[in-house]
Amino acid sequence: MIDFSEEQLQRYSRHILLADVGVEGQARLAEARVLVVGAGGLGAPVCLYLAAAGVGTIGIVDADCVEISNLQRQICHFTHNIGDAKADSAREKMLAINPEITVNVHYEYLRADNVLGIIGGYDFVVEGTDNFPAKFLVNDACIMAKVPFCHGGILRFRGQAMTVIPGESACYRCVFREPPPPDAVPSCSEAGVLGAIAGMLGSIQAAETLKFITGAGRLLTDALLTFDAKDMEFRKIPLSCQEDCPVCGEAPEIDSLIDYEQGGCALAGA
Amino acid sequence: MEVTVNGEKKRYDCRAMPVDALLADNRVEAPEMVSVQLNGRIIDRQRYRDTLVVDRDEVEFLYFMGGGR
Repeated sequence: MIDFSEEQLQRYSRHILLADVGVEGQARLAEARVLVVGAGGLGAPVCLYLAAAGVGTIGIVDADCVEISNLQRQICHFTHNIGDAKADSAREKMLAINPEITVNVHYEYLRADNVLGIIGGYDFVVEGTDNFPAKFLVNDACIMAKVPFCHGGILRFRGQAMTVIPGESACYRCVFREPPPPDAVPSCSEAGVLGAIAGMLGSIQAAETLKFITGAGRLLTDALLTFDAKDMEFRKIPLSCQEDCPVCGEAPEIDSLIDYEQGGCALAGA
Repeated sequence: MEVTVNGEKKRYDCRAMPVDALLADNRVEAPEMVSVQLNGRIIDRQRYRDTLVVDRDEVEFLYFMGGGR
């Protein structure tokens, strides 16, 4: 087990005080490898909290650059980062918070032909993408590679999250069988999103990641957490593995990864 | 019949109702953006018309939420 220095014990003291984390849990965090897909509204708070928590190796997948319209909610990007790669901008803040961690950057969009190679090196994936083709791709790849992940989605005043342990709990496709028709999908860039919603949902995903690594509590598995911030209503809807799920069911029809067509509208920097 | 829709109990003056009628009654404007769970089972989209909701059923409309950036 990792031998923490006096300074590290101080840095992580509020974790170490927790009976469910302790020095042992903190050591697990230091040894963990987590991939954050998308350094946007959800990915930004996830990256900051995982770095602050001392997750030893954090990968970021994002091929975009910071735009001024991102700054209302993507809190790891600052005004001086406009035009920078989001992955670099996120990495800069993460290392400023915690220079002891390693941050890997992947300047790529996930596709059927690269996703397994990227997620393969990680213990847990945080899915903070802004489009359905990517959400389904991450789900299917994580199921096939048996990598646990946490799904997140936000729109307007609402958010949803679920954690998936492949082979044990319901997957995203158990609930949402296939991407909705592209023309039916509003994106954040069309429908808008309250900035703080991204922080709420991203923090839930970061907490799930830390719980998974340390073993604390019960994960948000076999359930979809949904909230509507307009009246601050939270609901946890029970789900179960569906035997007819096309990817994790008893006779899966999907045995290879799929690059779905993205609707014309939802691509531009949601 | 009494049906629980998204956690709230609702009364209907009928003994059964197809899923697509329940969607319409609940003013779901874009059914293609919703997955329907009936008593813990996700209902195939092609079967909304011939799947009946009856007394004491529990229905959840689970919305696709694609944003993240």
